[in-house]
Amino acid sequence: MRVPLKWLSEYVDLTLDPRGLADKLTVAGVEVGEVISAAGEWEGIYVGEVVDVSRHPNADRLVLATVELAGERQTVVCGAPNVAVGQKVPFARTGARLIDGRTGQPTVLEPAVIRGVESAGMVCSEKELGLSDYHEGILVLADDAPVGVPLAAYMGDVIFDIDVTPNRPDLLAVVGVAREVAALTDVSVREPSIEYAAAGKPIKGRAQVEIADPDLCPRYVAALIEGITMGESPPWMQERLIGAGLRPINNVVDITNYVMLEMGQPLHAFDFKRLRRGQIVVRRARTDETLLLLDGTEQKLSPEMLVIADAEVAVAVAGVMGGLDSEIDLNTTNVLLESANFHGPSIRRTAAALKVRTDASYRFEKGLSPELPPIAAQRAVKLMVELCGGKAAAGIIDVHPKRRKDVRITLTQKRLHTLLGMELPVAQVRQVLSRLGFSCRWMPPDRFVVRVPYWRTDVTIADDVVEEIARIIGYDELPMTRLRGEFPAAWPQPRRELRDRVADLLAAAGMQEVVTYSLSSLEQLARVLAPEELSTHAPLRIANPMSQEQEYARTSLRASLLRTLADNVRHREDLIALFETARVYLPREDDLPEEVETVAAVISGRLPDRWGEPAGEPAGFYEAKSYLDLLVDHLGVSAQYAEATDYALLPGRAAAISVDDQRVGIVGQVHPRVASQFGLEAPVAMFELNLDALLPHVTEVRHYRPVAPYPSLDEDLAVVVSADVPAARVRAIIQQAPLVRAARLFDVYSGPQVPSGKKSLAFSVSYQASDHTLTDEEVRRQRESILIRLRQEVGGVLRS
Amino acid sequence: MAASLTPALPMPSDNESLEEIESQALSDLGAVADGDALERWRVAYLGRRGRLTRVLRGLADLPLEERKRVGDKANRLKQELEGAVREKRARLAMSATEALIAERIDVTLPGPPLPSGRLHPTTQTLRDVLDCFVSMGFQVVEGPEIEWDRYNFEALRIPRDHPARDMWDTLWIDYEKDGERPMLLRTHTSPNQIRIMEQTQPPIRVVVPGKCYRYEATDPTHEWMMTQVEGLAVDEGISMADLKGTLAEFARRIFGPDRKVAFRCDYFPFVEPGMELRIDCFLCGGDGCRTCSRTGWIEILGAGMVHPEILEAVGYDSERYTGFAFGLGIERIAMLRHGIEDIRLFYANDLRFLSQF
Repeated sequence: MRVPLKWLSEYVDLTLDPRGLADKLTVAGVEVGEVISAAGEWEGIYVGEVVDVSRHPNADRLVLATVELAGERQTVVCGAPNVAVGQKVPFARTGARLIDGRTGQPTVLEPAVIRGVESAGMVCSEKELGLSDYHEGILVLADDAPVGVPLAAYMGDVIFDIDVTPNRPDLLAVVGVAREVAALTDVSVREPSIEYAAAGKPIKGRAQVEIADPDLCPRYVAALIEGITMGESPPWMQERLIGAGLRPINNVVDITNYVMLEMGQPLHAFDFKRLRRGQIVVRRARTDETLLLLDGTEQKLSPEMLVIADAEVAVAVAGVMGGLDSEIDLNTTNVLLESANFHGPSIRRTAAALKVRTDASYRFEKGLSPELPPIAAQRAVKLMVELCGGKAAAGIIDVHPKRRKDVRITLTQKRLHTLLGMELPVAQVRQVLSRLGFSCRWMPPDRFVVRVPYWRTDVTIADDVVEEIARIIGYDELPMTRLRGEFPAAWPQPRRELRDRVADLLAAAGMQEVVTYSLSSLEQLARVLAPEELSTHAPLRIANPMSQEQEYARTSLRASLLRTLADNVRHREDLIALFETARVYLPREDDLPEEVETVAAVISGRLPDRWGEPAGEPAGFYEAKSYLDLLVDHLGVSAQYAEATDYALLPGRAAAISVDDQRVGIVGQVHPRVASQFGLEAPVAMFELNLDALLPHVTEVRHYRPVAPYPSLDEDLAVVVSADVPAARVRAIIQQAPLVRAARLFDVYSGPQVPSGKKSLAFSVSYQASDHTLTDEEVRRQRESILIRLRQEVGGVLRS
Repeated sequence: MAASLTPALPMPSDNESLEEIESQALSDLGAVADGDALERWRVAYLGRRGRLTRVLRGLADLPLEERKRVGDKANRLKQELEGAVREKRARLAMSATEALIAERIDVTLPGPPLPSGRLHPTTQTLRDVLDCFVSMGFQVVEGPEIEWDRYNFEALRIPRDHPARDMWDTLWIDYEKDGERPMLLRTHTSPNQIRIMEQTQPPIRVVVPGKCYRYEATDPTHEWMMTQVEGLAVDEGISMADLKGTLAEFARRIFGPDRKVAFRCDYFPFVEPGMELRIDCFLCGGDGCRTCSRTGWIEILGAGMVHPEILEAVGYDSERYTGFAFGLGIERIAMLRHGIEDIRLFYANDLRFLSQF
């Protein structure tokens, strides 16, 4: 809502400069999003009167001008040739914002001593005010300029662009904003006049109004103005409309818009002659009824929509837009003015369905006061009589089937004090509320009974009244205290803790965390997921996607990670290791999707040498696995890896990770076919883990095992097995021997030293007993039994 | 092994005189030049099969008189040699240290690179914010990112066709039931107020972090995916003063003790009274600049007292219990803390950006 301050000042005295007023309104909940001014902001600049001009003691071309403001005098050093006693001038206080007369740049007026004389401000030129480039002398204002008022209020074109919250349709009106200003600055409001002389015949009998659907139209007021002369509205009205952001059209339409902006009530003017039988019927649209709207669109209506009809057809979509056929034009002489109240949600639904949002629907949808229509109608009739040469028919038609009672709210002192966290004297509560137009009775011993003014449709319960009180005295006046009382019981969050641990471990191991968008495209997902996978877990689609790139709730993190990797690679060879912890969304029948907490990572590039230069082989499967090994070790789970196939991974270089026989993830080298779709040429390895599946297996707290005091005996054991025997299986056999404390693989060899089709696995085996020092004989027997098992189970023989 | 033993140490005979041992030991020791040689010397004379040890072991075979005489002498020699080893070792160490000192390395060379990963700046700020509230007794709880309309809007007093829906442009899931679309990407973390109150009874103090989504064109200050933290406290006697105190403490910890905090009235359908927390602008110190839209203040978060109708709807007695709720955007706080001008940098994931935090 754009509110020109000059217009505002018609209803309330503005005692603060625009910035100060904007701050005050904003703090009270009426957010001034922007203070707009075509001519600078003129903050700290006031109308002053020159009451004395004397010579500067130290400079011939400067004078000392004494300027009278409201009840105070300031003396400034002035170089303008035209300054003279009796002039009304723009006076800038120290700290004012203006344009530097020399540089033309915005500046803040600093205190200054000019040739030994202190200057308490400045008398401004047009250039300094940003009005023009004229800087040869000061701007002299009209003789009747009011001394002491902010310059902006007198001649500026300062406009408040107010971000009105949806609960306050009363602020979509200049008068409504004036009421706030009045309450906040403790002055009174001048309501616009609604008095006019009704020179015409009574409206009764010539126009009829019927509300067929009162649930959607609580009140309908009609007035008739005859014999008007269509034309332009006066310049002052056009100026205000433009300032508020509307385009002037003709005097009648401008008046309806003007009153809407002034009082917040949308109005509609029908050409009375075009209403069949002078009749208005407020009813739901008929099935398949159509209407050609003012904007030229032909709309198909539906029975949920409320229309204004004449005796035969719909002539307007209620509260949204009028029809073209009943519109006033330059030949109109008699106007039937509509000022009605409609059901907010219905208007909103209709406007959305027709894709027509208007200034009217924007106001109606928020729920306007049913008390407003007659007041606004009379205001508009008054202006039409005065500005369009019309004659008002006597009386108005006011159909108001269900009168709403005044809203009365009981507020206990206890509730007020509990919510505020402080006590307020009864007198202060009453004073604050009365400034807002509430009437407030104190009912001893402990409560207030508050009557809400008609325009405040948002205030319905005691806590609403508390907010009114708090925002007018100012939230900053309330004390600040700490929460007291009992601490709630702990709420364990193992899932989040696991995610944080995993992120910490991977970051500590050198991976960079990334956060990518949760929405993806089918095309991206299809690059990394098998078609079967995509159809089993068909990703949820967004009904109103912002773009094709963000149309589906992702069921995998892979695509986003590969894309992020590709964005970062750009001819780099050094190691890039990225991970993300996020949820993937697996749809469920008629329910919210399962949100699976997942961690995924991609690794590409060469490991650094001593100087950080990329060196050696590109990172691949085993590098990806090292991160997993680290995770698994720190989380206290024992994971098994088994060769697996995956759509996105290279066969033979992919492994499923299981814990206690449950699959929790996958690791592997990304298939070059997949990588190349992301523009990745170098080898890429990746892994992903389902943290929700992993969670039950994670060791929360580890139990201590005493370190055996007896020495261990270490020996190397090289076993020759077939090349296809997994090392993990050999190691498990060794590890299972009761006297083996640890078996670490330290070499894998295949080549001329072993038969073809075979490989040698070299383990460093550590034997230890917890209760005695092992003898050589015990170790020898243990080794023998290991070798027997190796031979029987994997065909392994000791390498000679 | 034997080949590497120095030939200066011949295997001893069983009846060497202690004087012989002493003179040869000391002369050999003089020739020892490094730690390895010293160890070999020690083994040769004082080790389990060393020359002196053998003499000591052989004492048992001597007559008592002689055993005492030779024993005393041998033990004195043992002490002497052990002392000499210590001294020699110290001297060797000293000279090795001197050699190190003499070598002098370039202390400005970098160390060999260690893996250096980092958490995303959103994660870092999120954790700081959560830690702050946890230290004030709040529990961390999470909820679903894809939500029902009922939790995201209806239960928060934002029914269909309510104008306040304009405050949250919504991404809807393409799923219809009874002619309506009931499923959406949550637009804020506030649905968890309801979810938590449905599951538990006062006293409540929780913070709920998580991703939220809006149908929004992106620009330097708008992103369609963002991370929020919701706060909720419900108990007997909770006041606006408590809310102010809690939020001021938060602002002080996250933005530093010198920041000024201020509160203004604001509207959210699920709180009454509603509130917004502001801090004085970092850049201009409150004078007004572009960052703060010339107001001198920067909006940090929205908050308010839980609307009594919401308390009643979850079965709480709104006369007995009051509560407050707040919601804050992590990216915005991270931007203010780190001086980041464009919110889109967070999820562009350029390593040149990420590696700065």
